[in-house]
Amino acid sequence: MSDNTRGVFSLIIINKAGGLIYQREFQAGLRKLSTNDYLVLAGTFHGVHAITRSITPKIPIAQPTPSPATGTTGPAAPGYSYPNPGVPVSGLDYLETDKFRLTCFQTLTGTKFLLFTDPLTGSVEGIIQKIYELYADYVMKNPFYQIEMPVRCEAFDRHLGAWLRGRT
Amino acid sequence: MAVPPRHATMQSISNGNTAQGNDRPPTQQSQQQSQQSPGLRVPSNRKTIYDRHLNRTRNAELSRASFAFLFGEMVTYAQRRVTGIQDLEKRLNEQGYPLGLRLLDLLFYRSTSTSSSALSSSSTSSSPPNRPLRIITLLHLIHGPLWRLLFGRAADALEHSVSAETANEYMITDNDPMVNTYISAPRDMNMLNCAAYVAGIIEGVCDGCGFETKVSAHNQPTELWPSRTVFLVRFGDPVMEREKVLERAGIK
Repeated sequence: MSDNTRGVFSLIIINKAGGLIYQREFQAGLRKLSTNDYLVLAGTFHGVHAITRSITPKIPIAQPTPSPATGTTGPAAPGYSYPNPGVPVSGLDYLETDKFRLTCFQTLTGTKFLLFTDPLTGSVEGIIQKIYELYADYVMKNPFYQIEMPVRCEAFDRHLGAWLRGRT
Repeated sequence: MAVPPRHATMQSISNGNTAQGNDRPPTQQSQQQSQQSPGLRVPSNRKTIYDRHLNRTRNAELSRASFAFLFGEMVTYAQRRVTGIQDLEKRLNEQGYPLGLRLLDLLFYRSTSTSSSALSSSSTSSSPPNRPLRIITLLHLIHGPLWRLLFGRAADALEHSVSAETANEYMITDNDPMVNTYISAPRDMNMLNCAAYVAGIIEGVCDGCGFETKVSAHNQPTELWPSRTVFLVRFGDPVMEREKVLERAGIK
């Protein structure tokens, strides 16, 4: 029975302020953390994500050889740009160990979906997109859900579980 | 004395009309006026919903998402200043009731036009369908045509109470009510069923037909259908008495 959900370990949703609003495991036998630890994990990840986004290196434009050591002066700043100016800086996208892979998907509104999967699981993007779709349907359209508060929507739990079970 | 600009334009329009001819019917006048002031109420092609044929939107589909958001707002609105679950359901019921009364006319209008078009092909019945007189005809109207008009499919079951004491109770079952698709009530309100709004619509339809009723929505989840809802239709005593008279008279 766990064979069907093989690959997807657990899901965490973090609101835009860095608070944990949803946490669920999809497999038995995972090591459990206390509620407090999950909150700390969410907050820490939120901070790390913000740091990784702000330390994204910029590459120089126009000036051929600016030295980074003297880059603290004001006039040099407009001479730098992100490698891909059209694409927003995303920050930490995934984190991989030899036992699991953590994929982070940030929505345009700042909510983060953290999916823990097996490193060999393919099409994690597709899974996260579907989870986002279910979230938009069964959480955001629920009149009893308060924005930014913990997600307690029975229909979301049900459809999420059913979809992951049905996925092969 | 300053004349408000809006009033001035209205006057100039009516002056223009009198110049063209004084015997214009007032409806045409107002139509022209609405045509000359494009805004939110008048779309750019100048066809308001009143200009369209009623059957035009017969098979049109509406966005489920926008309905879900609208209904969500209605629930949130009804939730303000309520004392409890029953009060909230009563408010939702009251929101649906006028819709049921109005919907009934549209339903009859559309069913007569379909039967007349079917008439030309089959020519079995010559008269348009009457409004239901007996309880069973009314319930079949709700179970079939009304449900199809609202949700695009018939309801899932129609039952009569087995107990003789509650012979005035009928049950209409919907396995997956469309209004509850995206709604999950919080655990402390698990008795709440937002399909009370649909119950209000049914009540309005029954009242419009001259059947005094109380309709309520109840959760009856099963393994397969977690949001299965039963609409309990309770007819009033005068209706039951009339039903007996009609039965003796043999009216269908």
